[in-house]
Amino acid sequence: MAEGIDVYKRRYGQNPKSLWRDLKGTVEPFYVTLRNMFKKPVTYQYPEEKRTPYPRYRARIVLTRDPEGGERCVACYLCSAACPVDCISMQSSEDENGRRYAAWFRINFSRCIYCGLCAEACPTLAIQMTPFYEFSGRDPLKMVYEKEDLLIADGGKDNEYNFYKHAGIGVANPRGGNEDEYGPVDVRSNLP
Amino acid sequence: MATIIFYILGFTALIATGLCITRRNPVHAVVYLVNALFALALIFYLLGAPLVAAWEVIIYAGAVMVLFLFIIMMLELAPNPVDEAAGPGWMRWGPVLLLGLVLVACTVLLILVDGQSGEGVPTYYASPQDFGYALFSRYALAVQVVSFQLFFAAVGAFYVGKPPKRRRKEQA
Amino acid sequence: MSDFAIDILLILVKLGLIFAVLLTGAAYLVLAERRVLGRIQRRYGPNRVGPFGMMQPLADAVKLLTKEDFIPAQADKPIFFVAPGLAAVTALLAFAVVPFSPPITLFGREVPMVVCDLNIGVLYFLGLSSLAVYGIALGGWASNSKYALLGGIRGLAQLISYELAMGLSLVPVVLMAGSFSLTDIVLAQNPVPFALLNPVAFLVFLISTAAESKRIPFDIPEAENELVAGFHTEYSGMRFGLFFVGEYINMMILGSMITVFFLGGWIGPVLPPIVWFFAKVMAVAFVFIWMRGTLPRLRYDQLMHFGWKFLIPVSLINVIVTGALLLWLKG
Repeated sequence: MAEGIDVYKRRYGQNPKSLWRDLKGTVEPFYVTLRNMFKKPVTYQYPEEKRTPYPRYRARIVLTRDPEGGERCVACYLCSAACPVDCISMQSSEDENGRRYAAWFRINFSRCIYCGLCAEACPTLAIQMTPFYEFSGRDPLKMVYEKEDLLIADGGKDNEYNFYKHAGIGVANPRGGNEDEYGPVDVRSNLP
Repeated sequence: MATIIFYILGFTALIATGLCITRRNPVHAVVYLVNALFALALIFYLLGAPLVAAWEVIIYAGAVMVLFLFIIMMLELAPNPVDEAAGPGWMRWGPVLLLGLVLVACTVLLILVDGQSGEGVPTYYASPQDFGYALFSRYALAVQVVSFQLFFAAVGAFYVGKPPKRRRKEQA
Repeated sequence: MSDFAIDILLILVKLGLIFAVLLTGAAYLVLAERRVLGRIQRRYGPNRVGPFGMMQPLADAVKLLTKEDFIPAQADKPIFFVAPGLAAVTALLAFAVVPFSPPITLFGREVPMVVCDLNIGVLYFLGLSSLAVYGIALGGWASNSKYALLGGIRGLAQLISYELAMGLSLVPVVLMAGSFSLTDIVLAQNPVPFALLNPVAFLVFLISTAAESKRIPFDIPEAENELVAGFHTEYSGMRFGLFFVGEYINMMILGSMITVFFLGGWIGPVLPPIVWFFAKVMAVAFVFIWMRGTLPRLRYDQLMHFGWKFLIPVSLINVIVTGALLLWLKG
């Protein structure tokens, strides 16, 4: 106890039990609050006055398209595996040249917690968070969004990126034909 | 008018005191006792002693009974949960409501009557000045004796409440 | 009509007016408090219902009235029901002795602007404020809940402690005015209000009224972060509303008492007396709100030490000094 008072004296250079300090500590706050009373409030008056969120703000989720207008999603299930509340579900399918896509894709936004883990998990930048935050409803069933509702006609954050131009097994180009892709490795030549 | 109010208040005080000494639950007893004291204060007022009435309310109803209630609540002397088998609803309800209503009505009536018209003003009226002069001239000795008693009580309370020496050293 | 009937009618009209003004005043005080606290914390406060949020009290009343009236199992029902009313009624009744303007002449009759000018007005006010304790104590006990009980006990201890300081700080006022009647006290302050003549008594009274109305530096009976809501933890709906309104009516009463005892009541230049009176009451209420937005809650032992070891000795010394000075001045 006594040590504490010594520390206090060293730090503040005055008797911690002085009446002057108590009076000052009682009167000064009144000035502070009075001063704050005449400052402009920091509140955004929401429905009339909307704040612009930062571009990386995490709100409504969308499915983006590549520059050629095709769906980016390859239905790898990584987003639905990463989702902590299990609100993403889909069914994968393949077209004739081996390109995977989602037959249906569903996000239950009444369960979504907007954590952004799905967007982080996505290898093709298909699923992305947008700053559109005015997103609520009264009926939970109307908050279940299907693929048609989720797809947008834009590339989102990395507009030029096209997964199949960089990787993918012979969908856009033959194996090893993409610009920053190595050719397939001959496993036997790797032996020591 | 004054006579009718006097009898209403008198019966209220009697009933409340009777209920007070028959209650099992000490908190209920305190409530009835406060009712009785309040009725007594109004009677004093009616009889022309407003100062005594005010002291009755401030000291007895407002301080002494509050201390009683404080002790009862602090030491948990009152049975809780409340015994539901105490009687039918109106037995538990009636007296509280009756007494409360009568007292409020009387207060309002007294306020209405006081000073506005000649009715209800008693023959003898002890204004605060008269009361003070009487207290400090005619009954000065009694006042002194009582104040000395209070002083002794205060000293005694201080002595009893003083922490023992050993503990005081630890606290310092 | 006889004189007596006219007298009674006038009193009833005055009672009705005072009830209306007091209740709307208390409701709008809640709004004012929320707005001012909001500005202190740099936000707006309720401003959505009606222009500037003026309909907020109405919305609150509707909300409280339509809420479920919850009664805890094994509560002491009669006392549980009576307690909130007690809290509100004792606050309302105290206004009977407050004079808010000099007598006015109406239809050739002199009408005093006070419901009842008791010659023991000061004591009547003290008596009612000491009875107000029962509302919270019995409410807390009857709820059959430990938080409510603790809140009730704390309320009892706090109110009887600060009542002493409050009563003692009024003694110099009565000494200086030479009367217990509130009208006489106001008239005695004609050139200089007592707040300037006796600032010590004024400060002690201000602090103990804040404690008496259980407002924030002294709100240990309902300390939210220790006792949930203290003595009214178990109350809901309009019963809680009665406690709540009672607290704000109490604030108006104490504001008018400070005005009458120390700020010179209705006395003031230029403006009509009643405007002065309400302006002063509102100023006191603003100080209370400001205090709420500024000071943190006292601990229980700090509260008791402050009351018994500082306020009461100071006000006792003040009584002696004032009495001696008055004797010396009168020769």
